[in-house]
Amino acid sequence: MSIFVDADTRVLVQGMGRTGQLHTSLSLEFGTPVVGGVTPGKGGGQACGLPIFDSVRDAVRETGANASVVFVPPPGAGDAILEAAEAGIGLIVAITEHVPVRDMVRVRHAMRGSASRLIGPNCPGVLDPSLKVRIGIAPYPIFKPGTVGVVSRSGTLTYEAVGQLSALDIGQSTCIGIGGDPVNGTSFIDCLENFEKDDATRAVVMIGEIGGSAEEEAAEFVRSEMTKPVVAFIAGATAPPGKRMGHAGAIVSGGRGTAAEKREALEKAGIPVAASPALMAETLREACPEAR
Amino acid sequence: MNIHEYQAKALLRDYGVEVPPGRLAGTPGEASSAAEGIGGTVVVKAQVHAGGRGKAGGIKLARSAAEAAQTAEDMLGMRLVTKQTGAEGKLVRKLYVEEASQIDDELYLALLVDRGTRNIGVIASVEGGMEIEEVAEATPEKILQLQIDPLVGLCEFQARDLGIDLGLTSRQNARFVELLRNLYRLFMEKDCSMIEINPLITSGDRVMPLDCKLSFDEAALFRHPDIAELRDPEEEDPREAEADRYGLSWVSLDGNIGCMVNGAGLAMATMDIIQYAGGTPANFLDVGGTADAERVSHAFRLILADPQVKGILVNIFGGIVLCDMVAEGIVQAAREVGVTVPLVVRLDGTNAEKGREILGGSGLDITPAANMKEAAEKIVAAVSA
Repeated sequence: MSIFVDADTRVLVQGMGRTGQLHTSLSLEFGTPVVGGVTPGKGGGQACGLPIFDSVRDAVRETGANASVVFVPPPGAGDAILEAAEAGIGLIVAITEHVPVRDMVRVRHAMRGSASRLIGPNCPGVLDPSLKVRIGIAPYPIFKPGTVGVVSRSGTLTYEAVGQLSALDIGQSTCIGIGGDPVNGTSFIDCLENFEKDDATRAVVMIGEIGGSAEEEAAEFVRSEMTKPVVAFIAGATAPPGKRMGHAGAIVSGGRGTAAEKREALEKAGIPVAASPALMAETLREACPEAR
Repeated sequence: MNIHEYQAKALLRDYGVEVPPGRLAGTPGEASSAAEGIGGTVVVKAQVHAGGRGKAGGIKLARSAAEAAQTAEDMLGMRLVTKQTGAEGKLVRKLYVEEASQIDDELYLALLVDRGTRNIGVIASVEGGMEIEEVAEATPEKILQLQIDPLVGLCEFQARDLGIDLGLTSRQNARFVELLRNLYRLFMEKDCSMIEINPLITSGDRVMPLDCKLSFDEAALFRHPDIAELRDPEEEDPREAEADRYGLSWVSLDGNIGCMVNGAGLAMATMDIIQYAGGTPANFLDVGGTADAERVSHAFRLILADPQVKGILVNIFGGIVLCDMVAEGIVQAAREVGVTVPLVVRLDGTNAEKGREILGGSGLDITPAANMKEAAEKIVAAVSA
C-alpha cells in the first residue's frame, strides 16, 4: 500500500521541455509508468520515446493517464493544473516554482469539490520506493522501500531526511513534498490523514519550516486523530523576521510563523521535534524503533 | 516587492481612491515649491521602505513653504532609524510633501492573502496609527476580519457591515464601501501581496488613507511591467539584488560563516545547525537546482565580498544536482576567486563519492565533512581558531 499512488498509476508529463524531458527519462529509468506528454503545439510528436499530445484531454483519452506532473513555466502553470483537473486526472503534481499567488488562489477555489488532488506547486513531488513511482524530481537512488512516510515543505531537506533514514537502514513508504509556496494544494494534514490509514506506513517524518500555521494545524490533527508516531523538524529557527527565506511561503511576518512557535505547538501535541536537522532519522528511530 | 508611499498613493489615485494632494521632492527647493503649490500646512514625509517613520522623526509638519524647505534640508541625507530599519537606518533620498489633513478618527485597514482559507483577507480595526500586531496582542477583540472569496469578489454588504462595525456614519460608510471595492480591485489586478493602510482617517464625511504600504508578488511581476518599474534598487540590499541577477536566492545576516547550499529548506537548516554548533551564519544562500561552476563562482564572490566572513560552509545534497559537477565548480571557483578563508564542504547524494575525489585531488585546502553536523562543527572550529 501507499498513499496517493498505486500500482495502477499512469503518469502524464505536462510541459515536455528540457526539464520535463530530463525528469521523464529519470522516472522511466526508475521504473515509473510514464505514458505520455502534453505540449500544446507539439501534438503528434514524440519525446523520451513517448507520444506527445496537444491537450490533457486528448492524452487521457489515448493513454489512460490518471496522474500528471506539471513542469509548465509560471505564467501557464495555473492553467495547466486546471486543464488536468478538468480532464479528470486524479493526482496533479505541480513542480513549477514562482507561480503567482493569485493564480494559486484561483486554482484552489476553482478546484473546490473537484475529485482531483493537487500536490505543490514548488515541490519535489511524490516518490514511492516500493512501487517505483516517481512523479517529480526527487533523486531516486537515495530512497529505500520501507515503512516511514515523509512529508515536507522543502525539497532538499526531504532528501536530507530520506538520506538519513536510508543510512540507518530505515526505508520509506511514500515521500511527499507539499511545496514551499504560501498557497498550495495538499496540506500536511491531508498527508497525515492518509498515512494514518495506510497499512504500509508505521511512522511519519514531517518537515516544516517558518511561515504560516500549517505545522500548528498539523500538530492539532496528530494529537486528536493519529495513532502512528510522528516526528518533526522545523527549519528556519535562526531566520530573521520579515525576510523571505528562498521559499515564497517561508517568512516570519508580524512576529508570527516562527520556528519556536511551531516547535512548541508540535511538542505540546506530543510530537518529538528533532533538535537539529542532522537528527531527523535518529529522532524517528527513537520514537519508533520498529520502523524499517 | 515593496514600493514607496508616494508611488502607492499614485496607484491608489489611479484606482479611484481619494488621497490628500501631495508632491515628490528631492531638494529643499522642490519641497518649498511643493508646499507653496499645495498651500496651507503640509506634512513632509521621508520616503524609505520602512514603517515607524513618524516616531523616528521621518514625518514632520510644516506651516509654510520656508518651514518645508528647512525640514527638507534637515531630513534629506539623514539616515532614518526606525524599528524596522535596523541600527544602520535608511538614507533619506526623497520626500513626499502632502497636504495636512484634519483627522477625526484613525482606523486600520489591510488586505492580504489568507494562507489558511486561500481567500483574500481584510483586517480592520478602530485602533489606527498603532502597529496591528500590538493591537492583536493587547486587544484581540478590536481586530475585525472579513474574507473575500476570489471567485465571488467583494460583496457590497460585506464592506458595509465592516464599515458599521468600525463605527462609521452612513455617509462615511458609503465612501468606505467604495474605497474597499477599489482597493480589492487594485489588489487583484496588480497581484498585490499586501495593502496596508495605517492610518485610514475619517475627516468629516470623508474616509481617506493617510499612509499606505503596498507590496507585490514578485512571481507575478512578469505581467506587470508598470509595477516592476517602481522598484527602487537603492532600498534593497545590494548583495540580495546581485544574487537575484545570477538566479541565486540570498539573504544577508550578521554572522561570520558564509553558507552555500542547494535548496531553501536545507539552506535554512544549515543556518540553524551552524548556530547549534556555536557559530553564526553570514548569509542564507540557495544556489538552486543547477549549481554549475558559474553559479558556484558567483556565489563564492558574493560570500567573500562580505568582510565579516571568516569561513565558508558548502552543504550540497545532490539530487538532480550532481555532486561531481558541484565539486568541479568549487575547485574552479576557488582557484579563480582565491578563497582565503577556511572552506568546509559537505557533499552527499548523487555522485558524492566522485565529488569528494575531485575536491581531494585538487590540491586546494578544502576540509571535507561526511554530514551536516560534522560540517557545522568543523567550520565553527575553524572560524574560532
